[in-house]
Amino acid sequence: MAGDRLERRYGRRVFLGVLAGGLTSFAWAPAASRVLSPLTSAGSQLLGNVFPVGGWRIYTISGSMPVFDRDTWSLTVDGLVERPLKLSYDHLRSLPEAHQVSTFHCVTGWTVHNVRWRGVRLQHILDLAGPLQSAHALRFVSSEHPYEDSLTIKQALLPDVMLALDLDGSPLSRPHGAPARLVIPEMYGYKGVKWLERIEVVAEQPTGYWENLGYDEDAWVGGSNGYG
Amino acid sequence: MAEKRRLLRFTRTERTLHWVHATAFLVLLATGLALYLPSLAELVGRRPLLKDIHVYTAVAWAAAIVAVVLAGDRRSLRRTLHDIDVFDQDDRDWLRRRPAPQGRFNAGQKINAAVTAAFALLFAVTGTLLWLGERDTTFRFAQTILIHDWLTQISLALFLGHLYLAVIHPSTRHALNGMTRGWVDAAWAERHHPKWSRDLPPEDPAAPDGVLGA
Repeated sequence: MAGDRLERRYGRRVFLGVLAGGLTSFAWAPAASRVLSPLTSAGSQLLGNVFPVGGWRIYTISGSMPVFDRDTWSLTVDGLVERPLKLSYDHLRSLPEAHQVSTFHCVTGWTVHNVRWRGVRLQHILDLAGPLQSAHALRFVSSEHPYEDSLTIKQALLPDVMLALDLDGSPLSRPHGAPARLVIPEMYGYKGVKWLERIEVVAEQPTGYWENLGYDEDAWVGGSNGYG
Repeated sequence: MAEKRRLLRFTRTERTLHWVHATAFLVLLATGLALYLPSLAELVGRRPLLKDIHVYTAVAWAAAIVAVVLAGDRRSLRRTLHDIDVFDQDDRDWLRRRPAPQGRFNAGQKINAAVTAAFALLFAVTGTLLWLGERDTTFRFAQTILIHDWLTQISLALFLGHLYLAVIHPSTRHALNGMTRGWVDAAWAERHHPKWSRDLPPEDPAAPDGVLGA
């Protein structure tokens, strides 16, 4: 065959090239993502709720997300306390407000930076209920059954742990756990129970939903679940 | 009225392989988007069920591909693999947007096929790692979900382009006939794939309904 008609096996080169690019991306994907993320987050501002806004993904464990009804909703605080409570949404709103900007890390690898939370520190809720001497941990129960998780009281009183009611300036939306969720930035997101309906004060930390499936109880970012 | 001459472009095995892949892709895309997009996730709910469908479809996809290759006409698959692999000067000219006669596949179709195959493997690798990582932290890498997402986003764009060329674009949409019924009109093949249609034997009495090139 004449030189200018030369046949070349480009098909396999394309295949192997794309494959190699994909496999090596385990090495370069984080760097590329840092370069691309200003673009994608600008895009998601435009596309609103159609795409994962600012990088949020919504994980649920059940058939449908709990529905929040402001008139009937309440947060139960019970267990080893002097005064068991049922806090209405308006009561929760009347407690001293805290603000923070923190980073949200999911154990599956995605991160959302500069999340603006507003809510209530757990100290105020514990002050109302009055934990007994034997109290050591808090069990957070979601109305998305059977989701629950727990923190030691010491962890729950870290300075940027809060019961969040607002996200980025608006009340929590249904996918984000309306009306109240736990936020603990130094741990992976599965500790941050959404659609919170009950805080039980307990002596020993019970096993949470994901902990039952092999995840670490102390979910420190970069220092648990196989990371760090 | 004289019957139009028809040429066999895809064997039954090739068509089965295509539609197995296409069906699995659509189910995986639909369930994947419902798992990934917040608005859809809220609308659809049922995350555990969707996750199961997603994972089992992926397993069924891999098994079906292997089964079709094992049970099907492998000679036709080898021929197609060769057709996709080899690029000649006409293909290189075509990619530079110079008019050049094309064979059974044009250069764009060859690249699409090679990229699709590589993406399928990358989806399988990252998907398996996501599944394993949920069970064993040894297999958990922060990048995996990012790469799986990128593959999805690029695949969606490629898929929309493929759909446009196969269903809407006037000069290429006749090719869909080749993928559904196997044959294409000889006159169409003469215009778009002359190096292929001219290479076929002029008459094949064994082919039913005047379908040539079986």
